[in-house]
Amino acid sequence: MNLSLFIIIPLVTAVAVMCCRGLRQARWISLAGSLGQLLLSFVLLFRFGQERAAGNSSRMLFEYRHSWFAAWHIDYHIGVDGISVAMILLTAVIVLAGVLVSWNKGPWSKEFFSLLLILALGAYGFFLSLDLFTMFFFLELSVIPKYLLIGIWGSGRKEYSAMKLALMLMSGSALVFIGLLGLYYGSGHSFDILQLAQVPISAGVQRTFFPCLFIGFGIFTALFPLHTWVPDGHSSAPTAASMFLAGISMKLGAYGCLRVATYLMPDAAREYAPIIIVLATIAIVYGAFATMMQKDLKYINAYSSVSHCGFILLGIGMLTRAAINGAVLQMISHGLMTALFFASIGMIYDRAHTRMVDRLGGLLKVMPFISTIFVIAGLCSLGLPGLSSFVAEITVFIGSWQHPGTMYRLATILACASIVITAVYILRASAQTVMGPVKDPQFSVLTDAAWYERLASILLVAGIVVIGVAPFWLNDLLKPGIDAFMVHAGQTGLLK
Amino acid sequence: MANYNYIAWIPLLPLAGFVLLGLFGRRRFRGFSGILGTGLILAAALLSLYAAWQYFGAGAGAAGVTAGGSAYKPILAMKFTWLSFSPGLSIDMSVLLDPISVMMIVVVSLVSLMVHIFSLGYMKGEERFGTYYAFLSLFSFSMLGLVLSGNIFQLFIFWELVGCSSFLLIGYYYDRPSAVAASKKAFIVTRFADLGFLIGILILSFYGETLDFGTLIHRLTTPSPQFLSITSASFLGFSLLSWGLTLVFIGGAGKSAMFPLHVWLPDAMEGPTPVSALIHAATMVVAGVYLVARLFPVFSLSDPPALGVVAYVGAFSALIAAIMACTQTDIKRVLAYSTMSQIGYMMFALGVSKYGGEGGLGYMASMFHLFTHAGFKALLFLCAGVIIHRVHSNEMNAMGGLRRQLPLTHICCLIACLAISGIPPFSGFFSKEEILLAAWQSNKLIYGVGLFTSGLTAYYMFRLYFSIFWRGPHGVRQAAGDPGAGDAHGSTPVSMNLPLVVLALGALLAGLIPFSHFVTSDGEPIDTHTPLSFSIAPVALALAGIGLAAWLYGTMSDRPRRLASAIGGLYRLVYHTFYIDEIYAFITKKILFNLVGRPAAWIDRNIVDGLMNGLASFTAWISALIKGMQSGKMQDYALYFFTGIAGLAVLFIYIWKN
Repeated sequence: MNLSLFIIIPLVTAVAVMCCRGLRQARWISLAGSLGQLLLSFVLLFRFGQERAAGNSSRMLFEYRHSWFAAWHIDYHIGVDGISVAMILLTAVIVLAGVLVSWNKGPWSKEFFSLLLILALGAYGFFLSLDLFTMFFFLELSVIPKYLLIGIWGSGRKEYSAMKLALMLMSGSALVFIGLLGLYYGSGHSFDILQLAQVPISAGVQRTFFPCLFIGFGIFTALFPLHTWVPDGHSSAPTAASMFLAGISMKLGAYGCLRVATYLMPDAAREYAPIIIVLATIAIVYGAFATMMQKDLKYINAYSSVSHCGFILLGIGMLTRAAINGAVLQMISHGLMTALFFASIGMIYDRAHTRMVDRLGGLLKVMPFISTIFVIAGLCSLGLPGLSSFVAEITVFIGSWQHPGTMYRLATILACASIVITAVYILRASAQTVMGPVKDPQFSVLTDAAWYERLASILLVAGIVVIGVAPFWLNDLLKPGIDAFMVHAGQTGLLK
Repeated sequence: MANYNYIAWIPLLPLAGFVLLGLFGRRRFRGFSGILGTGLILAAALLSLYAAWQYFGAGAGAAGVTAGGSAYKPILAMKFTWLSFSPGLSIDMSVLLDPISVMMIVVVSLVSLMVHIFSLGYMKGEERFGTYYAFLSLFSFSMLGLVLSGNIFQLFIFWELVGCSSFLLIGYYYDRPSAVAASKKAFIVTRFADLGFLIGILILSFYGETLDFGTLIHRLTTPSPQFLSITSASFLGFSLLSWGLTLVFIGGAGKSAMFPLHVWLPDAMEGPTPVSALIHAATMVVAGVYLVARLFPVFSLSDPPALGVVAYVGAFSALIAAIMACTQTDIKRVLAYSTMSQIGYMMFALGVSKYGGEGGLGYMASMFHLFTHAGFKALLFLCAGVIIHRVHSNEMNAMGGLRRQLPLTHICCLIACLAISGIPPFSGFFSKEEILLAAWQSNKLIYGVGLFTSGLTAYYMFRLYFSIFWRGPHGVRQAAGDPGAGDAHGSTPVSMNLPLVVLALGALLAGLIPFSHFVTSDGEPIDTHTPLSFSIAPVALALAGIGLAAWLYGTMSDRPRRLASAIGGLYRLVYHTFYIDEIYAFITKKILFNLVGRPAAWIDRNIVDGLMNGLASFTAWISALIKGMQSGKMQDYALYFFTGIAGLAVLFIYIWKN
């Protein structure tokens, strides 16, 4: 299977969108392109399963390598394991849903859609890359369009938010780049992840450059206290950009923390684990408490993303098999859930022209579909069984509990306690927004979701429910990748 | 070995109902959504009865009894791995059949069936009729899944799902702010308790190295390596086993509305009355009792302190709830406190019990009381539903003299009141006697509490009964004076009367079931014989309670008011349910919101983010400072150039000289 298709299709679609005329053409081309990506990712899933079933147990499948800049040993090297396949599926679903909810996006629709597709391209490339420099290239590619998306099509203090987001993510990338150079020189001049995993990296290099990489990627994943771009960025972004930002961008960082920082430098990961765990626990609990006080729906979801992404970092920091597994599950689950949440908030905002919970109320009566979607997203966020978050969170909890030691136990208990706070803020938000009497008489004329909005919501809900009801297929998909991760960690004396 | 594959259909049928009605109940299936939901639960109920027949059967031929023994053995009818964490540690979806789970599927599916039928009449004409049945089906699915769980995490999954369906149904009238608040409260309070449950599971599974009930119980009741490790580790002076079990019990106490986590139950009465009958009286609220019973061997054999907690919490809840019930005027709230009190009985019965043989009387009595209580309490709630349907009020003060208008409801309600008061030969008598006997044999203090509470129970139930059906013509006039109501609900439909009759027959006859031959702590049938002399005290006390209620509320009089003002302060304290709600409100509003949440949000905006903004401003300030250097003036550049040269020259001379 030619993985480069995942880069070619968005590129071709983006160019085609730029060449077409008007909103109507732009959206249909984008829809076709993103539908193609989704189909392609299903084909990938199927082919991947076939290969594995046929007994192909190599670390990465469908590898392709082409020398890009030989003097610096930079290759265009791509390949997938189960974790990347799952991330690609997530990206495809969210991009399609994002295109659908932006169906009437104007003005400059062409530019909007093509930027969205370039973001997708960056994410696909990032998840496919096996070469650190290529990976970095795609990471950058998925930052810059966000600045434009927020600055041009955003709402509220959009210039401030766009600038803040771009600056903070850029400093994250700068740190990542320093880390990459450290690895390159510390390991005998290679950017290749698979090669780097073979060579022992000295303790000094690990100790110096692990923090660069982990903090750099961590900024993307709302690592406390570098999470402050999240609330502003998310709340100013247009709906599709919010979905992409929270659904995929934050996962780029998490994936980098796992695949690059922790995988390549496991000894340093173990050394810094207590710090990571403390920061993750703070993010989880403090994020949840801060969410409780928010009044803007987008701020609620943004702060809750800080709290939920804390679970990912907690799982990575705990370094037990189940915890890492839970972290990966949480990446996917949170991506779908938060995209659904932002989609429903966007639909509400488009109609009611406000996102303040105290001005909304009784929406279930006037727009039952949107309200139901909102409540489903909320229930997923508070970890209801049958929906994806539950699976991810309990896996993190069980995995974290495997780590004996009072501090680790305490962190786990605090993380568990956050599910109660989550219930408090989610139920408050949904009680005030969708339940109760219709607050504003003007709301009674509002319409329910249109077909494209319904389609987007159903797509995301389906993903959430499929993972929540039958997590075993996803777990089987991820298993070899995580096992290989743990074996590598074990070889370098990380875990017994 | 009999074929038990069909058992999986018992929960799956209501699930199918939920999916179909959830997707199409609003439009396409709207007309017959009630029939669809009821039909599916009817099928599930029939299958449950068949399963019970097959499992218990007749004596030694029964499927539950292995050859050569007389005990009922647990059977794992189905099992597949749902989510695996590490070898040995996985969540399995399984179907576990043992005496208590078989008893529970019968109870749950039958009460659910009655409630489904009752709702056909009661909820008729509701705008969201299909959604209502979808939620009822979701609840039935979750509850049936809960009782059949063979894996502690599977139980937790269904445990959360029943909580969610309870939340959805309490908030069914979502445009009433009080209903929304009540649903929120129920969810959050039980969620808080579930946190204990979750951590308890983490502790037990970490040391037990399994999530499977059978293996877990085996490992923690025999001197296995797992048992030694969990009992040798301790925290704050108690072994981790005690901690684990107590935390699990906290989860059970939240769901079962034990003091002090009971605050959600009275408010939960905001839901439609049939829902209260099903969820908040008969099935979901006894899940905590079921959970303790499920882990009973571990509690009893390995950890007496945790079992002591169960006993005392149960007894205290039974007493305090009965006291609070005596002053309430909303009939559903009286019934809610009464439910809490009766669950307290079940809890302390487990708490005083031992494992195996005759010593296991308390366990058996607890399950028996769960069984009989489900019947008569559901009946009481459905009667309340008929009354509310007629009177359009929950307030007892607005009622009176309804016995002529609702003769059938009157008879059914009387039977249920007699059953709950423990008057022979109604069902409650038998189960309560056995509970009291078990308490007498092991703990006299708890016996005293139980005995006193049974007198209170009779008093408050008959206070309710006399206020509604006797006490002058007050309510008659009001009902007759409301012409609209009289016409619309002139007669109670068959769909509402039928469940009343069925449940009343149950309350009459269920006590005669030789329960101890089926459900015991170790599966071995035992013979129970309560001495006649033992029954004298509780029955006499109950009769005294009824007499007092009749004297106070039998006719219109100002006796209740005079009595209330005679004990003024105490009455107000009880009437406001000891101000427990206010204490909770203080903790959540003042402490969690104002002292934790608000500062967290403030710090984030002003300190953490302020730091980031400060960094940006600092950078901007530095650049503003040095940007003047590139002024474009030739003279300036010449100055910098020669200053630089001079500086370098000095530097070089300095180096060279050294």
